[in-house]
Amino acid sequence: MSATQAASDDTLIARIAQGDRLAMQVLYGRHHVRVFRFGLRLVRDEQIAEDLISEVFLDVWRQAGKFEGRSAVSTWLLAITRFKALSTLRRRKDAELDDEAAGAIEDTADDPEVTVQKKDTGDALRRCLGQLSAEHREIVDLVYYHEKSVEEVAGIIGIPENTVKTRLFYARKKLAELLKAAGIERGWP
Amino acid sequence: MMAASKKMVEQEPSEIELLLPWHAAGTLNARDARKVDDALARDPELARQYAVIREEYAGTIELNESLGAPSARAMQKLFAAIDAEPARKPSISLGIATRISGFFASLSPRTLAWSAGLAAVALLVQAGFIGTVLLEDRPSTFQTASLSMNDQPITRDLSASPPLRALVRFAPDARVDQVTALLDKYQASIIGGAKAGMFRLQFANGSMSKDEFANLLSRLQNEKAVSLAVATP
Repeated sequence: MSATQAASDDTLIARIAQGDRLAMQVLYGRHHVRVFRFGLRLVRDEQIAEDLISEVFLDVWRQAGKFEGRSAVSTWLLAITRFKALSTLRRRKDAELDDEAAGAIEDTADDPEVTVQKKDTGDALRRCLGQLSAEHREIVDLVYYHEKSVEEVAGIIGIPENTVKTRLFYARKKLAELLKAAGIERGWP
Repeated sequence: MMAASKKMVEQEPSEIELLLPWHAAGTLNARDARKVDDALARDPELARQYAVIREEYAGTIELNESLGAPSARAMQKLFAAIDAEPARKPSISLGIATRISGFFASLSPRTLAWSAGLAAVALLVQAGFIGTVLLEDRPSTFQTASLSMNDQPITRDLSASPPLRALVRFAPDARVDQVTALLDKYQASIIGGAKAGMFRLQFANGSMSKDEFANLLSRLQNEKAVSLAVATP
């Protein structure tokens, strides 16, 4: 995200704090897809992810006046999304208390053996990315897709910066293991 | 040299290895990016790992992009909820700030330049006036701040004539030095403006008759740097 867009996001938040509905529409238009995808990767249910983004942006509407601009607006949005997603998962777990809730967290994709039959390394890579734990998926997405810095990821997840670095390292190592199990050697580790 | 990478990943990864994903995503600061670039140039094993990371990076983007987008239902739900929220009272301070910035934003660059120039002139005139007052002859003897009843009676001079003022619009091509000369010539100072392009001037000589003041305004009106001059209370 460019510095210009970040500044413009800050302006939108200031206008939203004044009750400017149009500014809310612009901010929503700019960020809702990424927020949705981040939420979907966490909750793994499109309906829930859609409900989630409504809740996230409603929170923005209500809390805009308290936004201090210490982080980028996009980082703030992802932090709210993560908090809401984890709350939703906890609620579901409490309500269902069975394997279905665990299934929402565990991957439902093909196992590595099926993946290898596809012969397409890129496809296998995507499938193995889907097999990572929620914790590892989250950090991979934040760094590679949402382009968040070490500091920003630390702020979103609420962990020290060194833990951010090592967590991504071990997420990548796990990914390499999954790919190896699927018959794909990439030369690392 | 294999300093930066570890052959055995069971060992603790090096700091450079840990930073590789952020380097691939372009989110490292310049100093760390340079450190990683240097290490990549030196260490082929690290460079291999970096190539793997770039694949992961591309794969993650493809995976996320394949997730699609939310339906319009999410937006409808959001704005229905927003409409149901209680009306918000804009904060006064921000409202004023917004109005002030809006006012300046609405001015053309030419008007802004003019206003700034005239504000500077007004400041200089005022500074000169204050300086004159301060440098006036005054008794060199020590004086307390106590009230002296020997001087003037404490009454307001009701006979003093009201200050003579005019609203003036300067010619669009008038230069700041022309305006300054004009203010000197007419012993006038800018005391307000620019409202609708008009500046409020006050004349130092407040004892002019009505005819004299009308005559002054007429001369002012004929000045090259002035496009309009009218009397104002």
